[in-house]
Amino acid sequence: MRVVSNSWTMFKRCLLTSLRNPENIGAAIFVPAIVMWLFGILFGSVMDVGDYNYIDFIVPGIILQTVAQAVTSVAISVNNDMHKGIIDRFRSMDISKSSVLTGHVLSAIVRNMIATTVVIGVAFAIGFRPSAGFVDWLIIVGVLILYMLAITWIAVICGLIAKTPESAGTMPFLLFVLPYISSGFVPVETMPKALKVFAENQPMTPIIDTMRALMLNQPVGNNLLLALVWSAGIIVVTFTIAVQVYKSKQK
Amino acid sequence: MENIISVSGLRKSFKSLEVLKGVSFDIKKGSIFALLGSNGAGKTTAVRILATLSKPCGGKAAICGYDVLKQADEVRGCISLTGQFAAVDESLTGRENLQLIGRLRRLPDTNRRADELLTAFDLEDAAKRLAKTYSGGMRRRLDIAMSLMGSAKERQVIFLDEPTTGLDPQNRIAMWDMVKNLAGEGATVFLTTQYLEEAEYLADKIAILHEGVIIAEGTLEELRKMFPPAKKEYIEIQPTLEEIFLKIVGGAQ
Repeated sequence: MRVVSNSWTMFKRCLLTSLRNPENIGAAIFVPAIVMWLFGILFGSVMDVGDYNYIDFIVPGIILQTVAQAVTSVAISVNNDMHKGIIDRFRSMDISKSSVLTGHVLSAIVRNMIATTVVIGVAFAIGFRPSAGFVDWLIIVGVLILYMLAITWIAVICGLIAKTPESAGTMPFLLFVLPYISSGFVPVETMPKALKVFAENQPMTPIIDTMRALMLNQPVGNNLLLALVWSAGIIVVTFTIAVQVYKSKQK
Repeated sequence: MENIISVSGLRKSFKSLEVLKGVSFDIKKGSIFALLGSNGAGKTTAVRILATLSKPCGGKAAICGYDVLKQADEVRGCISLTGQFAAVDESLTGRENLQLIGRLRRLPDTNRRADELLTAFDLEDAAKRLAKTYSGGMRRRLDIAMSLMGSAKERQVIFLDEPTTGLDPQNRIAMWDMVKNLAGEGATVFLTTQYLEEAEYLADKIAILHEGVIIAEGTLEELRKMFPPAKKEYIEIQPTLEEIFLKIVGGAQ
Protein backbone atom coordinates (compact mmCIF):
# COMPACT_ATOMS: atom_id res chain seq x y z
CA MET A 1 0.00 0.00 0.00
CA ARG A 2 1.63 3.17 -1.21
CA VAL A 3 -0.27 5.51 1.11
CA VAL A 4 0.68 3.48 4.21
CA SER A 5 4.32 3.13 3.20
CA ASN A 6 4.63 6.80 2.25
CA SER A 7 2.89 7.99 5.42
CA TRP A 8 5.14 5.83 7.58
CA THR A 9 8.25 7.24 5.87
CA MET A 10 6.96 10.80 6.31
CA PHE A 11 6.10 10.04 9.94
CA LYS A 12 9.68 8.94 10.63
CA ARG A 13 11.00 12.07 8.91
CA CYS A 14 8.81 14.40 10.99
CA LEU A 15 9.50 12.52 14.22
CA LEU A 16 13.25 12.70 13.65
CA THR A 17 13.18 16.42 12.91
CA SER A 18 10.91 17.20 15.86
CA LEU A 19 13.03 15.18 18.29
CA ARG A 20 15.98 17.27 17.11
CA ASN A 21 14.07 20.40 18.10
CA PRO A 22 12.84 19.36 21.58
CA GLU A 23 12.01 22.93 22.63
CA ASN A 24 8.64 22.42 20.89
CA ILE A 25 7.67 19.77 23.40
CA GLY A 26 9.10 21.93 26.20
CA ALA A 27 6.62 24.74 25.54
CA ALA A 28 3.77 22.24 25.29
CA ILE A 29 4.61 21.03 28.80
CA PHE A 30 5.61 24.27 30.45
CA VAL A 31 2.62 26.47 29.54
CA PRO A 32 -0.16 24.07 30.64
CA ALA A 33 1.81 23.17 33.77
CA ILE A 34 1.93 26.84 34.78
CA VAL A 35 -1.79 27.28 34.11
CA MET A 36 -2.50 24.17 36.16
CA TRP A 37 -0.38 25.38 39.04
CA LEU A 38 -2.00 28.85 38.95
CA PHE A 39 -5.54 27.51 38.90
CA GLY A 40 -5.07 24.39 40.96
CA ILE A 41 -2.98 25.81 43.77
CA LEU A 42 -3.36 29.59 43.70
CA PHE A 43 -7.10 29.83 42.96
CA GLY A 44 -7.98 26.29 44.02
CA SER A 45 -8.75 27.17 47.61
CA VAL A 46 -11.46 29.71 46.66
CA MET A 47 -13.02 27.65 43.85
CA ASP A 48 -16.10 25.68 44.75
CA VAL A 49 -16.95 22.89 42.33
CA GLY A 50 -19.03 20.76 44.64
CA ASP A 51 -17.69 17.47 45.85
CA TYR A 52 -14.37 17.57 44.03
CA ASN A 53 -10.97 19.02 44.76
CA TYR A 54 -10.46 21.83 42.25
CA ILE A 55 -7.21 20.31 40.96
CA ASP A 56 -9.05 17.06 40.18
CA PHE A 57 -11.74 19.07 38.43
CA ILE A 58 -9.43 20.96 36.05
CA VAL A 59 -7.02 18.22 34.89
CA PRO A 60 -9.12 17.27 31.79
CA GLY A 61 -9.29 20.94 30.72
CA ILE A 62 -5.55 21.29 31.29
CA ILE A 63 -4.94 18.22 29.11
CA LEU A 64 -6.93 19.82 26.27
CA GLN A 65 -4.81 22.95 26.66
CA THR A 66 -1.70 20.80 26.48
CA VAL A 67 -2.91 19.38 23.17
CA ALA A 68 -3.64 22.90 21.87
CA GLN A 69 -0.18 24.09 22.88
CA ALA A 70 1.48 21.03 21.37
CA VAL A 71 -0.16 21.46 17.95
CA THR A 72 1.23 24.97 17.40
CA SER A 73 4.49 23.32 16.33
CA VAL A 74 2.60 21.26 13.71
CA ALA A 75 1.14 24.42 12.19
CA ILE A 76 4.63 25.94 12.10
CA SER A 77 6.36 22.92 10.60
CA VAL A 78 3.67 22.38 7.94
CA ASN A 79 3.98 26.07 7.04
CA ASN A 80 7.77 25.77 6.89
CA ASP A 81 7.52 22.79 4.56
CA MET A 82 5.10 24.60 2.27
CA HIS A 83 7.45 27.52 1.76
CA LYS A 84 10.60 25.54 1.10
CA GLY A 85 11.93 23.76 -1.93
CA ILE A 86 11.30 20.34 -0.40
CA ILE A 87 7.56 20.59 -1.03
CA ASP A 88 8.20 20.92 -4.78
CA ARG A 89 10.28 17.76 -4.59
CA PHE A 90 7.46 15.89 -2.84
CA ARG A 91 4.88 17.21 -5.27
CA SER A 92 6.90 16.20 -8.30
CA MET A 93 7.25 12.65 -6.98
CA ASP A 94 4.82 9.82 -7.54
CA ILE A 95 3.82 9.55 -3.87
CA SER A 96 0.57 9.74 -1.93
CA LYS A 97 -0.42 13.38 -1.49
CA SER A 98 -1.96 13.00 1.95
CA SER A 99 1.19 11.29 3.27
CA VAL A 100 3.05 14.62 3.32
CA LEU A 101 0.48 15.89 5.85
CA THR A 102 -0.17 12.59 7.63
CA GLY A 103 3.52 12.37 8.55
CA HIS A 104 3.24 15.66 10.40
CA VAL A 105 0.03 14.56 12.12
CA LEU A 106 1.36 11.22 13.33
CA SER A 107 4.55 12.72 14.70
CA ALA A 108 2.45 15.38 16.43
CA ILE A 109 0.49 12.61 18.17
CA VAL A 110 3.75 11.25 19.58
CA ARG A 111 4.78 14.72 20.80
CA ASN A 112 1.31 15.21 22.23
CA MET A 113 1.46 11.93 24.13
CA ILE A 114 4.83 12.84 25.62
CA ALA A 115 3.66 16.31 26.66
CA THR A 116 0.36 15.02 28.07
CA THR A 117 2.07 12.29 30.08
CA VAL A 118 4.47 14.78 31.63
CA VAL A 119 1.65 17.23 32.41
CA ILE A 120 -0.39 14.48 34.09
CA GLY A 121 2.73 13.60 36.08
CA VAL A 122 3.02 17.24 37.20
CA ALA A 123 -0.66 17.11 38.14
CA PHE A 124 0.01 14.14 40.41
CA ALA A 125 2.91 16.02 41.97
CA ILE A 126 0.70 18.97 42.95
CA GLY A 127 -2.18 16.96 44.33
CA PHE A 128 -4.19 15.34 41.50
CA ARG A 129 -5.73 12.15 42.93
CA PRO A 130 -7.85 10.29 40.36
CA SER A 131 -9.66 7.07 41.17
CA ALA A 132 -9.75 5.68 37.63
CA GLY A 133 -8.96 2.02 37.05
CA PHE A 134 -6.90 0.51 34.22
CA VAL A 135 -9.82 0.19 31.79
CA ASP A 136 -10.90 3.77 32.57
CA TRP A 137 -7.43 4.99 31.67
CA LEU A 138 -7.46 3.00 28.43
CA ILE A 139 -10.73 4.68 27.44
CA ILE A 140 -9.31 8.08 28.42
CA VAL A 141 -6.26 7.47 26.20
CA GLY A 142 -8.52 6.42 23.32
CA VAL A 143 -10.72 9.51 23.65
CA LEU A 144 -7.63 11.66 23.90
CA ILE A 145 -5.90 10.24 20.82
CA LEU A 146 -9.04 10.82 18.77
CA TYR A 147 -9.22 14.39 20.07
CA MET A 148 -5.51 14.94 19.32
CA LEU A 149 -6.03 13.77 15.73
CA ALA A 150 -8.95 16.19 15.31
CA ILE A 151 -7.03 19.15 16.74
CA THR A 152 -3.86 18.30 14.83
CA TRP A 153 -5.67 18.31 11.49
CA ILE A 154 -7.05 21.76 12.37
CA ALA A 155 -3.48 22.88 13.04
CA VAL A 156 -2.39 21.41 9.68
CA ILE A 157 -4.99 23.58 7.93
CA CYS A 158 -3.66 26.61 9.86
CA GLY A 159 -0.16 25.72 8.64
CA LEU A 160 -1.35 25.35 5.05
CA ILE A 161 -3.24 28.64 4.84
CA ALA A 162 -0.95 30.89 6.92
CA LYS A 163 1.34 33.26 5.04
CA THR A 164 4.21 32.98 7.54
CA PRO A 165 5.32 30.45 10.17
CA GLU A 166 4.69 33.10 12.86
CA SER A 167 1.04 33.50 11.96
CA ALA A 168 0.70 29.73 11.59
CA GLY A 169 1.95 29.39 15.15
CA THR A 170 -0.54 31.88 16.60
CA MET A 171 -3.66 30.56 14.83
CA PRO A 172 -4.14 27.51 17.09
CA PHE A 173 -4.15 29.82 20.14
CA LEU A 174 -7.95 29.84 19.97
CA LEU A 175 -7.86 26.12 20.78
CA PHE A 176 -5.96 26.97 23.96
CA VAL A 177 -8.59 29.52 25.03
CA LEU A 178 -11.70 27.49 24.17
CA PRO A 179 -11.39 25.08 27.14
CA TYR A 180 -12.11 28.12 29.38
CA ILE A 181 -15.54 28.39 27.72
CA SER A 182 -16.37 24.74 28.36
CA SER A 183 -16.88 22.62 31.43
CA GLY A 184 -13.09 22.60 31.88
CA PHE A 185 -12.55 25.20 34.61
CA VAL A 186 -15.96 26.20 35.98
CA PRO A 187 -19.27 24.30 35.96
CA VAL A 188 -21.26 25.47 32.91
CA GLU A 189 -24.34 26.09 35.12
CA THR A 190 -22.53 29.05 36.69
CA MET A 191 -21.88 30.79 33.35
CA PRO A 192 -23.82 33.76 31.91
CA LYS A 193 -26.56 32.68 29.47
CA ALA A 194 -24.78 33.18 26.14
CA LEU A 195 -21.54 31.56 27.29
CA LYS A 196 -23.52 28.75 28.87
CA VAL A 197 -25.24 27.89 25.59
CA PHE A 198 -21.91 27.87 23.79
CA ALA A 199 -20.13 25.88 26.49
CA GLU A 200 -22.85 23.25 26.68
CA ASN A 201 -22.79 22.63 22.96
CA GLN A 202 -19.11 22.85 22.04
CA PRO A 203 -17.21 19.58 21.51
CA MET A 204 -14.70 20.15 24.31
CA THR A 205 -17.40 19.87 26.97
CA PRO A 206 -18.40 16.22 26.38
CA ILE A 207 -14.72 15.29 25.91
CA ILE A 208 -13.81 16.93 29.23
CA ASP A 209 -16.87 15.51 30.97
CA THR A 210 -16.02 12.00 29.74
CA MET A 211 -12.44 12.20 30.99
CA ARG A 212 -13.49 13.72 34.29
CA ALA A 213 -16.17 11.12 34.92
CA LEU A 214 -13.73 8.30 34.16
CA MET A 215 -10.97 9.83 36.29
CA LEU A 216 -13.23 10.46 39.27
CA ASN A 217 -15.37 7.33 39.01
CA GLN A 218 -18.61 9.12 38.08
CA PRO A 219 -21.25 7.95 35.57
CA VAL A 220 -20.18 8.84 32.01
CA GLY A 221 -23.68 8.98 30.54
CA ASN A 222 -23.87 9.77 26.81
CA ASN A 223 -20.79 12.00 26.99
CA LEU A 224 -18.47 9.25 25.70
CA LEU A 225 -20.58 8.75 22.58
CA LEU A 226 -20.80 12.52 22.04
CA ALA A 227 -17.05 12.87 22.51
CA LEU A 228 -16.26 10.14 19.96
CA VAL A 229 -18.77 11.45 17.41
CA TRP A 230 -17.48 15.02 17.71
CA SER A 231 -13.82 14.00 17.32
CA ALA A 232 -14.48 11.57 14.46
CA GLY A 233 -16.60 14.18 12.69
CA ILE A 234 -13.95 16.86 13.05
CA ILE A 235 -11.27 14.45 11.77
CA VAL A 236 -13.25 13.58 8.63
CA VAL A 237 -14.01 17.23 7.83
CA THR A 238 -10.55 18.65 8.61
CA PHE A 239 -8.69 15.81 6.84
CA THR A 240 -10.76 16.38 3.70
CA ILE A 241 -10.26 20.14 3.83
CA ALA A 242 -6.53 19.83 4.53
CA VAL A 243 -5.90 17.51 1.58
CA GLN A 244 -7.99 19.70 -0.73
CA VAL A 245 -6.15 22.85 0.38
CA TYR A 246 -2.82 21.06 -0.11
CA LYS A 247 -3.79 20.03 -3.64
CA SER A 248 -5.18 23.46 -4.49
CA LYS A 249 -1.79 25.03 -3.76
CA GLN A 250 -0.72 23.78 -7.20
CA LYS A 251 -0.67 26.94 -9.27
CA MET B 1 15.72 8.63 -31.82
CA GLU B 2 12.30 9.07 -30.34
CA ASN B 3 11.12 12.22 -28.59
CA ILE B 4 10.77 11.77 -24.83
CA ILE B 5 9.38 15.25 -24.27
CA SER B 6 7.11 17.02 -26.68
CA VAL B 7 5.64 20.39 -25.97
CA SER B 8 3.35 22.32 -28.28
CA GLY B 9 1.72 25.69 -27.91
CA LEU B 10 2.24 25.84 -24.15
CA ARG B 11 0.68 28.93 -22.58
CA LYS B 12 0.68 30.17 -19.04
CA SER B 13 -0.55 33.41 -17.49
CA PHE B 14 -0.49 34.57 -13.92
CA LYS B 15 -3.50 36.87 -13.71
CA SER B 16 -2.90 39.42 -16.48
CA LEU B 17 0.79 38.59 -16.82
CA GLU B 18 1.40 36.32 -19.80
CA VAL B 19 4.55 34.35 -19.05
CA LEU B 20 4.48 31.68 -21.76
CA LYS B 21 2.91 32.66 -25.07
CA GLY B 22 2.82 29.40 -26.97
CA VAL B 23 6.03 27.49 -26.44
CA SER B 24 6.84 24.41 -28.54
CA PHE B 25 9.84 22.08 -28.61
CA ASP B 26 10.74 18.41 -28.72
CA ILE B 27 13.51 16.66 -26.83
CA LYS B 28 15.12 13.41 -27.90
CA LYS B 29 15.64 10.59 -25.46
CA GLY B 30 19.09 10.55 -23.88
CA SER B 31 20.00 14.09 -24.94
CA ILE B 32 20.84 17.22 -22.99
CA PHE B 33 18.46 20.07 -23.69
CA ALA B 34 19.18 23.59 -22.51
CA LEU B 35 16.49 26.21 -22.18
CA LEU B 36 18.33 29.48 -22.30
CA GLY B 37 16.95 32.82 -21.26
CA SER B 38 17.33 35.90 -19.11
CA ASN B 39 15.77 36.22 -15.68
CA GLY B 40 12.02 36.38 -16.03
CA ALA B 41 11.97 34.82 -19.48
CA GLY B 42 9.69 32.02 -18.26
CA LYS B 43 12.22 29.20 -17.88
CA THR B 44 11.16 28.17 -14.39
CA THR B 45 7.49 28.38 -15.33
CA ALA B 46 8.12 25.99 -18.21
CA VAL B 47 9.98 23.57 -15.92
CA ARG B 48 7.26 23.72 -13.27
CA ILE B 49 4.58 22.86 -15.82
CA LEU B 50 6.58 19.93 -17.18
CA ALA B 51 7.30 18.70 -13.64
CA THR B 52 3.53 18.75 -12.88
CA LEU B 53 3.87 21.52 -10.27
CA SER B 54 1.97 24.08 -12.28
CA LYS B 55 -0.99 23.82 -14.60
CA PRO B 56 -0.73 25.23 -18.13
CA CYS B 57 -3.45 27.58 -19.38
CA GLY B 58 -3.23 26.12 -22.86
CA GLY B 59 -1.25 23.87 -25.16
CA LYS B 60 -0.01 20.32 -24.70
CA ALA B 61 2.98 18.75 -23.04
CA ALA B 62 3.84 15.08 -22.84
CA ILE B 63 6.69 13.28 -21.13
CA CYS B 64 7.40 9.60 -21.81
CA GLY B 65 4.11 9.61 -23.69
CA TYR B 66 2.09 10.79 -20.69
CA ASP B 67 0.14 14.02 -20.64
CA VAL B 68 1.45 16.30 -17.85
CA LEU B 69 -2.05 17.46 -16.97
CA LYS B 70 -4.15 14.30 -17.36
CA GLN B 71 -1.57 11.69 -16.36
CA ALA B 72 0.39 13.65 -13.78
CA ASP B 73 1.10 10.63 -11.57
CA GLU B 74 2.56 8.64 -14.48
CA VAL B 75 4.69 11.66 -15.44
CA ARG B 76 5.92 11.95 -11.85
CA GLY B 77 6.99 8.32 -12.05
CA CYS B 78 9.46 9.04 -14.84
CA ILE B 79 10.90 12.42 -13.89
CA SER B 80 12.97 13.93 -11.16
CA LEU B 81 13.21 17.60 -10.40
CA THR B 82 15.94 19.71 -8.93
CA GLY B 83 14.34 23.09 -8.53
CA GLN B 84 15.98 26.44 -8.15
CA PHE B 85 15.87 26.35 -4.35
CA ALA B 86 17.61 23.48 -2.64
CA ALA B 87 14.95 20.92 -1.78
CA VAL B 88 16.69 19.30 1.17
CA ASP B 89 15.39 18.80 4.68
CA GLU B 90 17.77 20.87 6.78
CA SER B 91 17.04 18.99 10.00
CA LEU B 92 18.13 15.68 8.45
CA THR B 93 21.66 14.55 7.66
CA GLY B 94 22.85 14.11 4.10
CA ARG B 95 22.38 10.34 4.27
CA GLU B 96 18.93 10.64 5.87
CA ASN B 97 17.83 13.00 3.11
CA LEU B 98 18.81 10.42 0.49
CA GLN B 99 17.17 7.61 2.46
CA LEU B 100 13.98 9.65 2.76
CA ILE B 101 13.66 9.86 -1.02
CA GLY B 102 14.63 6.21 -1.50
CA ARG B 103 12.00 5.05 0.98
CA LEU B 104 9.32 7.29 -0.51
CA ARG B 105 10.11 5.79 -3.90
CA ARG B 106 10.19 2.39 -2.21
CA LEU B 107 13.50 1.35 -3.73
CA PRO B 108 14.68 -2.13 -2.81
CA ASP B 109 18.26 -1.03 -2.10
CA THR B 110 17.93 2.43 -0.57
CA ASN B 111 20.97 2.24 1.71
CA ARG B 112 23.37 0.97 -0.93
CA ARG B 113 22.19 3.55 -3.45
CA ALA B 114 22.47 6.33 -0.85
CA ASP B 115 26.08 5.35 -0.12
CA GLU B 116 26.90 5.25 -3.83
CA LEU B 117 25.52 8.73 -4.36
CA LEU B 118 27.30 10.13 -1.28
CA THR B 119 30.55 8.86 -2.78
CA ALA B 120 29.75 10.08 -6.28
CA PHE B 121 28.93 13.57 -5.02
CA ASP B 122 31.87 13.82 -2.67
CA LEU B 123 29.64 13.99 0.40
CA GLU B 124 30.91 10.93 2.29
CA ASP B 125 32.58 12.96 5.00
CA ALA B 126 29.48 15.07 5.48
CA ALA B 127 27.01 12.17 5.33
CA LYS B 128 26.28 12.27 9.04
CA ARG B 129 26.09 16.04 9.37
CA LEU B 130 22.80 17.90 9.32
CA ALA B 131 22.13 19.50 5.94
CA LYS B 132 21.76 22.93 7.58
CA THR B 133 25.52 22.88 8.26
CA TYR B 134 26.32 22.37 4.55
CA SER B 135 27.83 25.00 2.28
CA GLY B 136 25.89 26.19 -0.77
CA GLY B 137 27.79 23.86 -3.09
CA MET B 138 27.32 20.83 -0.82
CA ARG B 139 23.61 21.54 -0.50
CA ARG B 140 23.29 21.76 -4.27
CA ARG B 141 25.14 18.46 -4.68
CA LEU B 142 22.96 16.77 -2.07
CA ASP B 143 19.91 18.22 -3.79
CA ILE B 144 20.87 16.70 -7.13
CA ALA B 145 21.90 13.42 -5.48
CA MET B 146 18.39 13.26 -3.99
CA SER B 147 16.93 13.67 -7.46
CA LEU B 148 18.99 10.71 -8.59
CA MET B 149 17.80 8.27 -5.93
CA GLY B 150 16.47 5.63 -8.28
CA SER B 151 18.46 4.49 -11.31
CA ALA B 152 18.76 6.49 -14.51
CA LYS B 153 16.35 4.06 -16.15
CA GLU B 154 13.66 4.76 -13.60
CA ARG B 155 14.25 8.53 -13.61
CA GLN B 156 14.20 8.89 -17.35
CA VAL B 157 14.01 12.66 -17.41
CA ILE B 158 15.99 14.86 -15.05
CA PHE B 159 15.03 18.52 -14.72
CA LEU B 160 17.74 20.83 -13.46
CA ASP B 161 16.53 24.39 -13.00
CA GLU B 162 19.59 26.64 -13.04
CA PRO B 163 21.78 23.93 -11.50
CA THR B 164 24.92 26.04 -11.32
CA THR B 165 23.51 29.35 -10.15
CA GLY B 166 25.38 30.33 -7.01
CA LEU B 167 28.10 27.71 -7.41
CA ASP B 168 31.81 28.51 -7.47
CA PRO B 169 33.77 27.66 -10.66
CA GLN B 170 35.09 24.32 -9.38
CA ASN B 171 31.67 23.12 -8.37
CA ARG B 172 30.26 24.38 -11.63
CA ILE B 173 32.71 22.29 -13.62
CA ALA B 174 32.02 19.27 -11.40
CA MET B 175 28.32 19.78 -12.07
CA TRP B 176 28.91 19.90 -15.81
CA ASP B 177 30.81 16.60 -15.69
CA MET B 178 27.98 15.10 -13.73
CA VAL B 179 25.36 16.23 -16.22
CA LYS B 180 27.40 14.74 -19.09
CA ASN B 181 27.67 11.46 -17.17
CA LEU B 182 23.93 11.33 -16.59
CA ALA B 183 23.21 11.70 -20.28
CA GLY B 184 25.94 9.15 -20.98
CA GLU B 185 24.05 6.68 -18.81
CA GLY B 186 20.90 7.14 -20.85
CA ALA B 187 18.98 9.78 -18.91
CA THR B 188 17.50 12.78 -20.66
CA VAL B 189 18.56 16.04 -19.05
CA PHE B 190 16.49 19.21 -19.29
CA LEU B 191 18.36 22.14 -17.86
CA THR B 192 17.66 25.82 -17.72
CA THR B 193 20.43 28.32 -17.52
CA GLN B 194 21.24 31.95 -18.00
CA TYR B 195 24.91 31.12 -18.56
CA LEU B 196 25.60 30.90 -22.25
CA GLU B 197 28.84 28.99 -21.95
CA GLU B 198 27.02 26.36 -19.93
CA ALA B 199 24.55 25.71 -22.72
CA GLU B 200 27.35 25.86 -25.27
CA TYR B 201 29.42 23.29 -23.39
CA LEU B 202 26.68 20.87 -22.36
CA ALA B 203 23.68 20.94 -24.59
CA ASP B 204 22.91 18.77 -27.60
CA LYS B 205 20.09 21.12 -28.35
CA ILE B 206 19.45 24.68 -27.26
CA ALA B 207 16.25 26.66 -27.20
CA ILE B 208 16.28 30.36 -26.47
CA LEU B 209 13.26 31.54 -24.56
CA HIS B 210 12.64 35.26 -24.70
CA GLU B 211 9.57 37.08 -23.42
CA GLY B 212 7.53 33.92 -23.40
CA VAL B 213 8.35 32.57 -26.84
CA ILE B 214 11.09 30.35 -28.25
CA ILE B 215 12.94 32.66 -30.62
CA ALA B 216 15.59 30.20 -31.74
CA GLU B 217 16.06 26.47 -31.42
CA GLY B 218 18.58 23.93 -32.63
CA THR B 219 22.03 22.50 -32.09
CA LEU B 220 24.87 24.92 -31.58
CA GLU B 221 25.89 24.27 -35.19
CA GLU B 222 22.44 25.05 -36.46
CA LEU B 223 22.31 28.24 -34.45
CA ARG B 224 25.66 29.23 -35.86
CA LYS B 225 24.41 28.66 -39.41
CA MET B 226 21.48 30.94 -38.74
CA PHE B 227 23.95 33.68 -37.99
CA PRO B 228 26.84 33.35 -40.37
CA PRO B 229 30.21 34.81 -39.45
CA ALA B 230 30.03 38.56 -39.48
CA LYS B 231 33.54 39.30 -40.69
CA LYS B 232 34.37 37.40 -43.87
CA GLU B 233 36.99 39.52 -45.50
CA TYR B 234 40.14 38.54 -43.65
CA ILE B 235 39.54 35.87 -41.07
CA GLU B 236 36.57 33.76 -40.24
CA ILE B 237 35.37 34.15 -36.70
CA GLN B 238 32.77 31.72 -35.51
CA PRO B 239 30.24 33.63 -33.44
CA THR B 240 30.06 32.45 -29.88
CA LEU B 241 26.71 31.47 -28.53
CA GLU B 242 26.87 34.64 -26.49
CA GLU B 243 27.01 36.73 -29.64
CA ILE B 244 24.15 34.78 -31.15
CA PHE B 245 22.07 35.21 -28.05
CA LEU B 246 22.72 38.92 -27.70
CA LYS B 247 22.05 39.51 -31.37
CA ILE B 248 18.67 37.80 -31.25
CA VAL B 249 17.61 39.20 -27.94
CA GLY B 250 18.98 42.65 -28.72
CA GLY B 251 17.10 42.64 -32.03
CA ALA B 252 13.87 41.74 -30.33
CA GLN B 253 14.11 44.51 -27.79
